[in-house]
Amino acid sequence: MAEPLLQVENVSKHFGGLRAVDGASLAAEQGRITVVIGPNGAGKTTLFAMITGFLRPTSGSIRYDSVDITGEPPHRLARRGIARTFQIVQPFPALTVRENIAVGSHLRHAKRADALAAASATGEAVGLGGQLDKPASALTVAGRKRLELARALAIGPRLLLLDEVLAGLNPSEVRDMVPVIRGIAARGVTILMIEHVMQAVMSLAETVYVLSEGRIIAQGRPQAIASDRLVVEAYLGRGAAAQMTEEAVHA
Amino acid sequence: MKGLAPIATVAVLLALVPFITASNAVLNFLVMAFLIALAGQGWNILGGYGGQYSFGHAAFFGTGTYVTAVLQVRYGMNAWLCFALGIAGGALVGAVIGGLSFRSGLRGSYFALVTLAFAEVLRIVASVAPITGAGVGTLIKLDLRPEAFQFQSRAPFYWVLLALLVVSLILTRIIEDSRFGAYLVALRENEDAAKALGVDTTLVKLGAMTISAAITAAAGGFYAQYFLFVDAGIAYGPWISVEALLAPIIGGVGTVFGPLLGALVIRTLGELTKIVAGDAPGLDLVIYGSVLVAVVAFAPRGIAGLIERVRGRLTPPAAPSLERSHG
Amino acid sequence: MVSSVILVPALLNGLMTGAVYALVALGLTLIYGVLHIINFAHGALLTAALFAAFFANKLLGIDPYVAALFLAPLFFGIGYALQRFVIGPAAHGEDRNILLVTLGLAVMIENALLYAFRADTRTINLSYAFDVVEIGNSFLAVPRVVAFGVVVAIAALLWFAMRWTDTGKAIRAVAKEKLGAELSGINVAHIYAVTFGLGTACLAVTACLLIPTYYINPHAGNAFVLIAFTIVVLGGMGSVAGAMLGGLFVGVVESFSGLYLGESLGQIGIFVMFILVLLFRPSGLFGERA
Ligand SMILES: Nc1ncnc2c1ncn2[C@@H]1O[C@H](COP(=O)(O)OP(=O)(O)O)[C@@H](O)[C@H]1O
Ligand SMILES: [Mg+2]
Repeated sequence: MAEPLLQVENVSKHFGGLRAVDGASLAAEQGRITVVIGPNGAGKTTLFAMITGFLRPTSGSIRYDSVDITGEPPHRLARRGIARTFQIVQPFPALTVRENIAVGSHLRHAKRADALAAASATGEAVGLGGQLDKPASALTVAGRKRLELARALAIGPRLLLLDEVLAGLNPSEVRDMVPVIRGIAARGVTILMIEHVMQAVMSLAETVYVLSEGRIIAQGRPQAIASDRLVVEAYLGRGAAAQMTEEAVHA
Repeated sequence: MKGLAPIATVAVLLALVPFITASNAVLNFLVMAFLIALAGQGWNILGGYGGQYSFGHAAFFGTGTYVTAVLQVRYGMNAWLCFALGIAGGALVGAVIGGLSFRSGLRGSYFALVTLAFAEVLRIVASVAPITGAGVGTLIKLDLRPEAFQFQSRAPFYWVLLALLVVSLILTRIIEDSRFGAYLVALRENEDAAKALGVDTTLVKLGAMTISAAITAAAGGFYAQYFLFVDAGIAYGPWISVEALLAPIIGGVGTVFGPLLGALVIRTLGELTKIVAGDAPGLDLVIYGSVLVAVVAFAPRGIAGLIERVRGRLTPPAAPSLERSHG
Repeated sequence: MVSSVILVPALLNGLMTGAVYALVALGLTLIYGVLHIINFAHGALLTAALFAAFFANKLLGIDPYVAALFLAPLFFGIGYALQRFVIGPAAHGEDRNILLVTLGLAVMIENALLYAFRADTRTINLSYAFDVVEIGNSFLAVPRVVAFGVVVAIAALLWFAMRWTDTGKAIRAVAKEKLGAELSGINVAHIYAVTFGLGTACLAVTACLLIPTYYINPHAGNAFVLIAFTIVVLGGMGSVAGAMLGGLFVGVVESFSGLYLGESLGQIGIFVMFILVLLFRPSGLFGERA
């Protein structure tokens, strides 16, 4: 089997005495959807920040496309094809939706007109077609999440990291977004996502990693993880396992 | 290219002024306003589009002024060449200060502080160094020939400055419509998001600072030729740092015409002050300071923002105004 | 070879000067620590305080040390009002705006003083201005010794006030966690203004300590503020102890470099030190508020 597109090996990040990530390893297979779950404060966002170059790991290494990328700055990683969304959305508030996305498109298109055209196409693909001329600050929560996704897609990534893009959406908005994400994967983009919405995890994930207190405590297919009552009870809190199986049944 | 028509219109209208009036007072007024507009356009590239507020653009203005004057006086070089070297010198100073500041991760108040400190260091050095004429200043010899960048009358000076101003307007418009400009605005709005999209924010800021410094240095070089005298207080003094920032902020930060609008407004206010109160030192700056506070408080996007707001009220609500969010 | 006959007085004089710097820095760092803003009007406010102390003496014959007793509350009020009614509302919560508003205020105050009093440099004559005390075998000017004592007392007072008074506790709460403080019923706008007022009151006291031995003109405050910025960056933005120690350190450095380099180079030295400190402190310290 080919080497995974992304391989995180024994990575740690310490903030003073706090071990936010503590020797975590994971892999994202080419063209697959891999999901990281875990309670709040487990270190998921910190892990993503290291993969995308926003934080330098205290120790450990990160390989992407057979190259060691540990410690490379974010803009270089973006040029290598690694895109991310932010859990706390980070729009360019004064710009329109189209202009927001075009900042990403510019990575592949030097000309303004080309970048704007590409941005419109990307915007439409994630369902922002009707809002391209609105200022980003005028979007709803769901709209802002879509914008995060559109901007990341606009750089033409090979690896896409999504940090809770479904959080804060209502069930019908989640139902709208799930096929969008699946569609992206279907076009060959490798996806690594952090997600709490279990319904989506169950239906999208091919591999699930469970992060708790900075460590990977379990990994496997979603059904296996979901039925691993002990893991779920211990690390997602009491009642989570029941909820998960229930959602799996309804899905 | 779109958006050049307004610049062309403004350029033609302003170029006609010397044919309408030969009044030295009018031309003098417009020269000072354009000078501030040019210096302010420099500030606007970095501060308005890039969100990096410099409090020390005197560093670039002064370098343009001194390089232009000193090379002529000490080494007998051609004035136009000195002017060009002045612009290059300003750009170099901008690149050095920008390189040091941005690589150290300075932003916001700290960037403002460090630019201010650099300008002050240059002012003190210029006021003691022999090559600048130290405390006495440098006088450029009168030589009223176009080859020496000196003219018999005000009108040619006016046209040269107008040409420089128009170039700066076109350059700004080109930047607005380029990838570089998109990256610059993006990092102003959200630096982390820009990085995640592949923007080398340090490099883009550095580029903006270099262009910004070059434009402001051009204003400085022109100043030397127009007044034929430079000293440390004029070249590197805080007055120009303040006016270069005031013009775009009053006119509208991050807009092509903001600095020109703002410069006309502040220079008009300055003249009115003089008419009302005589040549009282400080009073014009008291008014500039109050206007700055008032604009930030009541019209954060300057005159351009006000115009847009009025226009927004006149057109149907379908077109949402681009009010910047304060979230 | 420079003997201890010169070095010891230079050290003591440096400490005296440093104490005054420390008080300016204290005001600045207090404001930064709580409001997270750099007050660009600090220098202009110090100049205004110098003029107030000057005219209190010239017109009303009040001794500067007595004047401090009412100028401190007066400037507290001025600072309070500026933050509460001008800076706070005008800034719309954006750091870039605060920068511009305090710059605008600085330009206004400084040039209003220039307009009113011209660029002339003034001094006052006090009977005790040239009195000296002998400590060890160093002779020290009495006003500087007084200044040193007053600054130490104020720093101690402030330290206790921060720990033992309700307002002090509220200030610390706001500095630490603004949102939390707001939720627990603290009036943040009021606390901000109180802090700004305290910082400004420090300037009034500084002015009264300086005026017996220092000259004034409409730009007099600026020199101190750049030094104060250096101290504050050196000592850590927002740290009161850092401001005190940094102030004394800079005072001593300046005293020694004046000894070896002379006056005008010494002036550049401060700026260069300032730039170096800004550029080469670990960048983590400079992360602005989002
Ligand atoms: N820059 C930082 N400095 C200090 N602690 C941090 C920083 N970023 C995150 N942390 C801490 O690291 C832990 C993990 O946070 P995070 O990665 O955001 O968790 P998750 O995304 O899984 O909810 C938390 O305890 C958080 O407070
Ligand atoms: Mg998170």
